Amino acid sequence: MRVPMTEYLVIDLDTERWTCRVCSQDIGDAHDSYKKGTLVYDRDPREIHQPIIDPNRYEYTFSPDPTYCRILEYYCPGCGTQIETDYLPPGHPPTIDMLIDVAALRAQWEKSGLDAEEVFNYGPGDDAQKYTAHHKATGHIR
Amino acid sequence: MTAIDESPATKLTVQEQEWVDRFMDDTTLFLGPDPEIMRDHSIAPRSDLEEIVLAEGVDRMQVERIRKRIAGALDEGYEMCEAQGAAPGAKWGDLTTAIYTAAGDVAYLSCHGVIAFSAILHHPIRYINKYWKNEPTVGVNPGDGFIHNDARFGNVHNTDQSMIMPIMRDGEIIAWVAATIHEGENGACEPGGMPSGSETPFDDGLRMSPFKIVEAGHLRRDLLTFLQHSVRDPKLQLADLKVKITAVRKIMERIDKVIDEVGVDTFVGALRTTVEDVDVEVRRRIGELPDGTYRFDQFMDSTLKENILIKIACKVTVKGDSMVVDLRGTGPEILNRAINSPLCSVKSMMMQAILAFWWPDLPRCTSAMSCIEIISDEGTWADASYDAPMGQSLQASFRGFSAFQALYSRMSFSTPHKYSNVVANWYNQINTFLWGGITQHGDMVGNLCADLNGMPGGAKPFRDGEDAVSPLFCAMADTAEQEVMEEEVPFMQLVSKRLVRDNMGFGKFNGGMGYEMIVAAEGTAQWGFMTVTSGSKFSSIYGMYGGYGCGAYPLAMVKGTNVYEHIRQDNKKFDLSIEKVMNERPFEDGRYMTYHMGLQFDIAKDGELYMISQGAGGGYGDPLERLPESVVKDAELGRITQHVAESIFAVRYDPEELPARCRGHAAGPSGGPPGALAAGQAVRRVLRRVRHHGAAEGPSLLRVVG
Repeated sequence: MRVPMTEYLVIDLDTERWTCRVCSQDIGDAHDSYKKGTLVYDRDPREIHQPIIDPNRYEYTFSPDPTYCRILEYYCPGCGTQIETDYLPPGHPPTIDMLIDVAALRAQWEKSGLDAEEVFNYGPGDDAQKYTAHHKATGHIR
Repeated sequence: MTAIDESPATKLTVQEQEWVDRFMDDTTLFLGPDPEIMRDHSIAPRSDLEEIVLAEGVDRMQVERIRKRIAGALDEGYEMCEAQGAAPGAKWGDLTTAIYTAAGDVAYLSCHGVIAFSAILHHPIRYINKYWKNEPTVGVNPGDGFIHNDARFGNVHNTDQSMIMPIMRDGEIIAWVAATIHEGENGACEPGGMPSGSETPFDDGLRMSPFKIVEAGHLRRDLLTFLQHSVRDPKLQLADLKVKITAVRKIMERIDKVIDEVGVDTFVGALRTTVEDVDVEVRRRIGELPDGTYRFDQFMDSTLKENILIKIACKVTVKGDSMVVDLRGTGPEILNRAINSPLCSVKSMMMQAILAFWWPDLPRCTSAMSCIEIISDEGTWADASYDAPMGQSLQASFRGFSAFQALYSRMSFSTPHKYSNVVANWYNQINTFLWGGITQHGDMVGNLCADLNGMPGGAKPFRDGEDAVSPLFCAMADTAEQEVMEEEVPFMQLVSKRLVRDNMGFGKFNGGMGYEMIVAAEGTAQWGFMTVTSGSKFSSIYGMYGGYGCGAYPLAMVKGTNVYEHIRQDNKKFDLSIEKVMNERPFEDGRYMTYHMGLQFDIAKDGELYMISQGAGGGYGDPLERLPESVVKDAELGRITQHVAESIFAVRYDPEELPARCRGHAAGPSGGPPGALAAGQAVRRVLRRVRHHGAAEGPSLLRVVG
């Protein structure tokens, strides 16, 4: 069984591997951080949050300062989907945001008797149901 | 030099220890916050009465009827405070009314207002119970009321003042009712109650440990006078004390009728049942989350006086129905800066996340966080010690909220039954102007603009976040009518609520946008502004699952000119925005400058411009998955520039034909023939890989719409 753990990652309980939800690329050992299996780009934050006021005249411009802040972008090595971003000081190692107890996850889903991908949802509310149904019909969300 | 006595400690006999304890009790210099009370956020054990009542069993339908009537009474009290309150905060809904058990556990909170108070006011009530109830010079009697604001005794921050009154029967406390309002001005070293410039706790203004200011129904004039002389706005201090007392009495009047009808035992049983029900339900819901360890570290870039980098760490471990939150690794407190927060305030904002973003369907009880263990080192900036200034403690406590909000998405993503939507981070800074000085009516005042309530929301997995929708701490707070404010204060918002282009967390679904504010004072003997936030060099919130966070926000100023004079001479110069003013410099005699968002109280001369922007909500998902027609629509509405459309979303369009193209795309859900979107995504991912390898971006890699 595949259990959706983030927008772009599932844990395959059969192989105990992180797997891309978009292209099914194997990412890595589900007992470890998925980030080890991704491509990583150290982004200058000014490329994303671009200055709104003139950076040649002013110190504070709406852009983060690259000597304070970098954006680590993590991509699936199979399809290039940007799986996650980290905002970190320069040189800071990637954060380990999730370490899952895979055995407990398996036990949880076996006990439920449900298929994790079939029952996956984004939560309650009329707007959630409406928008999710619309985007699923057009293939915009999984 | 300090001499240290290293001789071995003498072991005291039981009798000697009793003598020492009695001596210490009899000669206490002063009472500070009680660590036993302040470190504990769990519900109290059942009282003897609660034990007896619950052992006999409760009628669930009766409990539900009592809950409904309490909710109605609390909402009525809330509306009284909102309608009658003099503080700007009261007018915008930054307040709460609540009922507490005899031990101080929140059993129910008003439907509107600041949920965080449900994690905080048990501290002062327990303090009153422990220290004042049996103290001959104080005591707790019917008609008494206690005031309190010092966060070190349990509060979100020192701008909030509470009125706490006991419900008593036959000489025993059976419950408490309280109203808490963000009053603002509190006599701190800067106006408005949240000084970014405080360098000692004594700069933080009024530090009211819980004390009795209403005695047998009468407001004590001597203490009131003392308070009025301690703040810049004595009228406000009086008016809102009366408002809170009146609201609490009205709530108590309603509850008295309930007690008269159902009896004390049933009433006490209903309160305790609610508290315990929530505790049981929270444990069950934690058990639904996948076991594992989840981490969210945040970095702050400012002491509000200088640029720094300091971390707030948060690791959550879930195992079965237990949850442990570990804040160790958080940076040290800074004993001459205002950013420190007591742990209780950080916990209160974690509670805000739990009850507003995790499980908003739960009654707002102390027990919503009771079973969650929190590990923290005292002496960090998120767990500050008694001697630390805390004027702008929201810097730490709001990051406690952000950690909980972000982590819950990870913890709950796989669960088949969710109680709320997955949502990217809410903006977490109170980007607004605090102000103070002499008004056009000759009054000395100090407070703030309601624009802090215009925080943009995070994106959801199926739709963009909402622009400037509400503050993270109060879903129903209002940004108020600026024109009404301008009748009372000598400045205008020349630009108010104008969205700043490109100011959003980019993603497959974008975070909500923030707006800019431009203010200038005129016609006052003395006036000044301040700002109290961080995030000018390091983004204060991050995106989710490939989305980006917010940008970084400057304070921009034009000094040495009177903009009102320029506008009187040529009203075409009124077309203002931060971008336009700072880049085009339309006022020739002005001095243009930027600053980080920690501006201490700054004297504003007539017509000098102060300009800030609200931040942005976090984006959700890979921006290269955003529908091209959504990107073009954003461009058509002026929400993004063409440069952002190309460089962030990899969508190229012809700006000359923008409206026509948008109409064309509205015809079909994907904006093009079947398959066009998938092909587009493939091209955009190539662009991403090319970026990864550092190659130049060729125009041929961009998706051309239409």
